[in-house]
Amino acid sequence: MAYSDKVIDHYTNPRNVGTLDKSANSVGTGLVGAPECGDVMRLQIQVDGNHMITDAKFKTFGCGSAIASSSLATEWLKGKSIDEAMKIDNMDIVEELALPPVKIHCSVLAEDAIKAAINDYRVKNGLEALVSEKSHH
Amino acid sequence: MNLPIYLDNNATTPMDPRVLEAMLPYFNQKFGNAASRNHAFGWAAEEGVDYAREQVAQLIGATEKEIIFTSGATESDNLAIKGVFEMYKEKGNHIITCVTEHKAILDACKHVEKLGAKVTYLPVQADGLISLQDLENAMTESTILVSIMYGNNEIGVIQPIKEIAEIAHKHGALFMTDATQAVGKIPVDVIADGIDLLAFTAHKMYGPKGVGALYVRRKNPRVKVTAQMDGGGHERGMRSGTLNVPGIVGLGKAAELCRLEMAEESKRLSALRDKLETSLLVMEESYRNGNQEHRLPHVANISFKYVEGEGLMMAMKDLAVSSGSACTSASLEPSYVLKSLGLSDDLAHSSIRYGLGRFTTEEEVDFAIAQTMKAVNHLRDLSPLWEMFKEGVDLDSVEWAEH
Repeated sequence: MAYSDKVIDHYTNPRNVGTLDKSANSVGTGLVGAPECGDVMRLQIQVDGNHMITDAKFKTFGCGSAIASSSLATEWLKGKSIDEAMKIDNMDIVEELALPPVKIHCSVLAEDAIKAAINDYRVKNGLEALVSEKSHH
Repeated sequence: MNLPIYLDNNATTPMDPRVLEAMLPYFNQKFGNAASRNHAFGWAAEEGVDYAREQVAQLIGATEKEIIFTSGATESDNLAIKGVFEMYKEKGNHIITCVTEHKAILDACKHVEKLGAKVTYLPVQADGLISLQDLENAMTESTILVSIMYGNNEIGVIQPIKEIAEIAHKHGALFMTDATQAVGKIPVDVIADGIDLLAFTAHKMYGPKGVGALYVRRKNPRVKVTAQMDGGGHERGMRSGTLNVPGIVGLGKAAELCRLEMAEESKRLSALRDKLETSLLVMEESYRNGNQEHRLPHVANISFKYVEGEGLMMAMKDLAVSSGSACTSASLEPSYVLKSLGLSDDLAHSSIRYGLGRFTTEEEVDFAIAQTMKAVNHLRDLSPLWEMFKEGVDLDSVEWAEH
């Protein structure tokens, strides 16, 4: 199976690899997937007082498409409010990276990671966790 | 050194130029049908086939009449399992095989199960070998066939063939082996090993694709299989169909080259493989899969914990290898062979198989070592699991959100 140029670009030069202080109240962390399934994504957001995402970092264990999906997600998150970020849909990732059907679960995982990170931040800051209208589990 | 480097010789091998040379006249000069008995074209083709049959027989210690040419190891496996069951089902309906067999054996067994066969799938131990005691315990009065592979395609372990054959024979069953990965690589002798049926193919030993053979013993005991392909009664009635003369000539030449060069070549390959493996196992959290002592000379299967196999292969873009990762299979399940060893799913996902071959050079192996180490380190820098491991987090204690 050949990868799209965009997957290869994100895979070869992943954006925003790294770790934020998960104990900080201004940081939301989403850890999704499982080692047995062959992919684990950790996505972190740094949020300012206006609920704007000022930074995003990721680390991913998984195939090229999983790494590319999370790298792309961090790019999209920066500069968005947490409410806007909640609207990122996995199909946007599929489209942007031209993922084949067998790799759609990588984009689902990225969407789950975004939502988990936002909810982690919300709960830490006294906001209620949002339930996504679509559930992937 | 040309890139990418081919290290997937368990999947298939490049054809040796000497094999190609031997085949060429049989496409357009000696193109006759080997079954045409009445003219020179047929005789020339038949002569080519007869010579190849001798070359093939010699490689495995058989006689020419015991070699049935087929389209490859999958067909040979099918013919053996289905053909033996059909021929001997009055005598008994029990077949014993093992969980790490190739799908050609496992699926042929599933097929005969639907026709009334009872099949026992022996487990393997952590090193990939079956337990002889398990086999002994599984034998019954109705066991007609024991089918255990010679060398495993994923991890390269070599089963105790001679001992297995003895147990099968002691209980009056036939012994069949899928020797696809072993023939041409290590000494295989059907008499010394006590093999009644043996399947193999040309393209794993520097011959062409689309041709293989099944050895069917003719003496002590005389073994028969029911044909699975009806037609002109070729190959002593066991496999009808016009013979693939150029392919068969290629298989013959490939067999001869393997026989003549095996002793030296297997030493060279195991030295290269050991260098590759030793260098890679120096890395933290890397593990060899399969028995170290009883195995083929050219295979190494290593799990690099905390990195995923497909991602790793993508990072090693100048190496053609394969992985037991789920992401490389249509089913999204990790390798059933590695899981049979008791490997956890995450280690199975993290495995890479290196298959060296006749044309692999030391320079290429050195390159493979360097590129693998670079890629593993790169991906571990990206891996949340590696970070957690380094922080001392027990990954088994984490509640993963499975999806």
